[in-house]
Amino acid sequence: MDLTRLTAAELSGKLAAREVSAAEVTQAHLDRIAAVDDRVHAFLHLAADAALGQAADVDKRRASGDALGPLAGVPIAVKDVFTTKGMPTTCGSRILEGWHPPYDATITKRLKDNGVIILGKTNMDEFAMGSSTENSAYGPSRNPWDLDKIPGGSSGGSSAAVAAYEAPLAIGTDTGGSIRQPAAVCGIVGTKPTYGGSSRYGVVAFASSLDTPGPLARTVLDAALLHEVMSGHDPMDSTSIDAPVPPVVQAARQADISGMRIGVVTDLSGAGYQPGVMTRFSEAVELLEHLGAKVTEVSCPHFKYALPAYYLIAPSECSSNLARFDAMRYGLRIGDDGTRDAEEVMSMTREAGFGAEVKRRIILGTYALSSGYYDAYYGKAQQVRTLVIRDFEAAFGQVDALVSPATPTTAFAIGERVGDPMAMYLADLCTIPSDLAGNAAISVPCGLAAEDNLPVGLQVMAPALADDRLYRVGAAFEAAFNDGQPLLSGAKGLDG
Amino acid sequence: MIETERYAPVIGLETHVELGTRTKMFCGCTTLFGGEPNSQVCPVCLGLPGSLPVVNKNAIEYTIKIGLALNCTIASWCRFARKNYFYPDMPKNFQISQYDEPLCIDGYLDVVVDGAGGLGDRLPPEKRSFRVGIERVHLEEDTGKSLHVGGATGRIHGADYSLVDYNRAGIPLVEIVTKPVDGTGALAPLVARAYVTELRDLLRSLDVSDVRMEEGSMRCDVNTSLSPIGSGVWGTRTETKNVNSIRSVERAVRSEIERQAGVLDAGGRVVQETRHFHEDSGTTTSGRSKEEAQDYRYFPEPDLVPVAPPVDWVDRIRTSLPEAPAARRARLQAEWGLSDLDMDALRNADALDLVASTVAEGASPADARKWWLGELARRANEAGTPLADLAITPVQVARVASLVADGKLNDRLARDVIDGVLAGEGSPDEVVSARGLAVVSDEASLDEAIRAAISANPDAVASIKAGRAGAIGVLVGAVMKATRGQADPARVRALIEQRLA
Repeated sequence: MDLTRLTAAELSGKLAAREVSAAEVTQAHLDRIAAVDDRVHAFLHLAADAALGQAADVDKRRASGDALGPLAGVPIAVKDVFTTKGMPTTCGSRILEGWHPPYDATITKRLKDNGVIILGKTNMDEFAMGSSTENSAYGPSRNPWDLDKIPGGSSGGSSAAVAAYEAPLAIGTDTGGSIRQPAAVCGIVGTKPTYGGSSRYGVVAFASSLDTPGPLARTVLDAALLHEVMSGHDPMDSTSIDAPVPPVVQAARQADISGMRIGVVTDLSGAGYQPGVMTRFSEAVELLEHLGAKVTEVSCPHFKYALPAYYLIAPSECSSNLARFDAMRYGLRIGDDGTRDAEEVMSMTREAGFGAEVKRRIILGTYALSSGYYDAYYGKAQQVRTLVIRDFEAAFGQVDALVSPATPTTAFAIGERVGDPMAMYLADLCTIPSDLAGNAAISVPCGLAAEDNLPVGLQVMAPALADDRLYRVGAAFEAAFNDGQPLLSGAKGLDG
Repeated sequence: MIETERYAPVIGLETHVELGTRTKMFCGCTTLFGGEPNSQVCPVCLGLPGSLPVVNKNAIEYTIKIGLALNCTIASWCRFARKNYFYPDMPKNFQISQYDEPLCIDGYLDVVVDGAGGLGDRLPPEKRSFRVGIERVHLEEDTGKSLHVGGATGRIHGADYSLVDYNRAGIPLVEIVTKPVDGTGALAPLVARAYVTELRDLLRSLDVSDVRMEEGSMRCDVNTSLSPIGSGVWGTRTETKNVNSIRSVERAVRSEIERQAGVLDAGGRVVQETRHFHEDSGTTTSGRSKEEAQDYRYFPEPDLVPVAPPVDWVDRIRTSLPEAPAARRARLQAEWGLSDLDMDALRNADALDLVASTVAEGASPADARKWWLGELARRANEAGTPLADLAITPVQVARVASLVADGKLNDRLARDVIDGVLAGEGSPDEVVSARGLAVVSDEASLDEAIRAAISANPDAVASIKAGRAGAIGVLVGAVMKATRGQADPARVRALIEQRLA
C-alpha cells in the first residue's frame, strides 16, 4: 500500500483504526518528497525532523487514548506565507530570506493543535503576487502533469505538492484566485472560503481586504475536512466572522444537489477562453443538470470590470502592507556599511529585496492612492467593487450557486507569460469577482482539455457563509464524474 | 505687543494625548512608562509580518468621553485610516489613525484669560472669555521613540547611529484639533496657554490620561498666522512643534507672532512650514517645508472593521461624565471663599486637586491651602518634582492639619512630621510617636516650666505688669525652650496671661 496515494479521509480512517502510524504516514510522504521534489520544486523549506517529532507525539497521544481531531497524523504542506514558529517564512521573497517568525499564525496553531503534521513550507509567487510561481525569488515550481508547465499561483507550491502526492493536503491563500487557479491547473480541489471565515492572523498580508486562507486537496471531502479544521472565529483578526463554520463536511458527505438552483455566469465565457476549457465546462453543467440541479443562465454585467478594479485595490493595499519591509527590524539589510543613512539603507534593501512584479504593484498602488488620483483610481475601484457585490446579490436572488470555468485556459508553459503582465493577470479573470465580493468559491477538476490534455477546473460560487453549498455541488459532481475516480488517478505525471 | 496693532493673529492647536489605558491601542502590551527599551512589545505593536490589530475598546470609550466633555458630536459610524510614511520608529511604516471620519467632531471649549499674563497695561484688566472651537477629536496609535546618537542636532540627519525604543509604539493617542481661533488680538498667546491649561484640567478630571507634558503624554503643535488688520484674509500659517510645557505654548505663539510680523514688515512672505520650538531661547527655527509636504496616501484601514458606538453606550458615558473643571473651580472658590488671585495661585501651582482632596479629608480650606502652597510647594520646588509627586498624600496632610488644630502639634513640629512622612517613616501619627514630637500638654509640666520662666525673668514680668504686653514673648520663648519646642505657644501665652493677671 502506497500511503501517499490515499486521501486524507482514508488516512484518517486508517490512523484512527491504528492500521498505520502517523510516523509511517509522515515518513512515506517525506520519502516521496525526496524522490520527486527536485523536479517539482514544491517546497522552499522541509521540516522533516519537526514533522516526525509531531507524528511521534500524535502516535503517543493516540496510544494513550487521547481524543484526537479527524486529521491528526495526516501530513500537510503549508504555503510560505503563514508564519511558523521554528521554521523560516519567506513569502517567496529575498527580503524575508532567513526570517524566523517568533509566532505561529492562528491557522498554523490550529493545525498543530489538531495534530496535522506540517511537512514544510511551499513555494509561492513573491508575496502571493502572481499566477505561476514564476515570481518566486527561489525559482518556479512545476506542474506535475507536465513539468514544463506552470502549477498556477500564487499557491503553486501547495497545488504542485498535492498533485505530486507529496502531501494529501495543503493550505494556500486566495487574493484574486491564488488557491482556485493553481488547483484548477493541477487537477485538484481548492477552496476560497468566505472572507473572514478563516483567520488572517499570521498570514503575511498582500491585500488585506481580499486575502483568504483556504484548503487544497485531491478530493472534495478532504478539502472540507481541512476547511473545518482551519476555519472559525479568531479574536486576533478583527475581520474574522464570529459565526459557526458552515457545515462543510456534512455537505461533502451529503453530496446531493437535486432541486438546487445553479446559475451559469454568461459573462465568464467567450473571447479569450480556450475551446477545450469551454467544452469540459459545458459537459460539467450538463452533468449537474443530470444530477437534478435546475440550471439557468445568469448575467453579471459588472464582472468585466472586476479585473481592472482588482488591479487597483490589491496593489493599493499591498503598497501599504509591504512598506514595513524596510531593513530596520528583520529580514534583508543592504548598504549598512556605516556610510549611509537609514533612508538609503531602506531604499537599497527594497531595491535588492523585492522582485519586479512586487515593485510594479507597489508603484501602481502608491500612484493609485496618491492625493489627486485617489478618487479616480482607488475610489472608483471601490465603487466597481460595490457593483460586483450587487451583481452577486442579484444572482443569488435567483439561484443557490453560480458556476463558471475556474480559469480561461489550462496551464501555460513556464516562461510563456513572464514578459507580459497583462496576459498573466488574465489567468485570474474568473476567480477575482468572488474575492472582491468576499464570497465563497471552489474549483473542482472537470476533465482534461482536448488540445493539451491538461486539467480544467469547474468553479462553483456561493454567497458569503454558504460555503457548504460549494461542497454539496463539488462532491455531487465529483461522485458522478469519471466514475468517482479522482482526475489525477489517470495522470501520467511524474511516474508515467 | 506692538505687532498686534498692525496684524491680526489666528492660532490653531493640535494636541496629542496619550491615553491612560492599561494596554496598547491594538494589542495587549502594557502601556507603563519607563520600562527597559523594547521590553513592552509583541508581534502586533512591532508590526511583524502577518500580525493584525484589534481595537482596544477602552480607548474608544476614553475618546468618546473626551469628545463629549468637549461638547462634540460623536460619530455613529467611523473608520480608521492608514497614514503612510516611512520612518524607522514606525513599525509598519504606516500609522493607524483616522482621516476623514473622526470619532468626535464639532465641539468647543470655553477658556478665560486675564491680564495676569505679563502684558501689563496694554490689556484690559477684566477677564475675557473665549470659545475655542474643536474641529475634531480622533484616535490613533503612537510611534516608537528614536534616540539619535552623535551629530550636532539630535536629529536623524548627521547622527552617528540611532536607537529605537518601540515600547511607546501602539500606545493609544488622541489628537484634539481646534478650529482656527481668531479675534484674540494681543491675547493670542494667553488664549493658547489658557486653552492648553483648561484642556489639561479637563482631561485630568476625566481620568483618561496622566497628561504630563514633561513625560510626553501630552504634546502640542501650535499653528500661527498673521494678516494685516482689516485685510479680511488669513495669512500663511506655520506649525510649531516640540512645544513641551504649558508655558512654552504661550512663548511659542508670542515668538511666532513677533517673527512673522518681522517678515511681513520687511515686505517678505511667510513660508508655510514646520518650525521647532527651543525651550532655552524661546524662539523657533525652520524645520521641514510643508510646500514639499509628504503625501500620506490615506485610505481606510482594511484590517479593522468600522467603529459604530451604540447610542445607549454613548448616553451612558455622557451621564457618567464628572463635573467640568471650570464649574468645579467656581464651586470650590465659592465654598472656600477664595479670591480670584488665590484661586489662580492654586491652579498655577497645580494644587487644586490636592487641596480639594485634603479638604475632603476634613482639613479646613485655609489650612489645606497653607500647607500645599507653603511648606509642600517649597519642598517640591527644592526636589524639582511636581507637587503631586511628593511622597505625601492629601489624607496625610489633612491629618497633620488636624493635629495642629487640636493643639497636638505646633507649626514647627508639624514641619518635622512632614519631614518624617516625606522620608518614608510612615503616617503622621507614626512619625509623631517615633520621633516623640507631641506637644507638651500635660498641665503639671507646663505649670512647672511657666513657674520657672517667671522666676527667672523678673524684668520681663515687671514690664508686663507695667503694661508692655510685648514682653510676654520673652516668657513664652523661655517656656518653649524649656519644652524643646514641644508646647503649643498659643496655649503657653494664655497660661502666662492667666497667671500674671
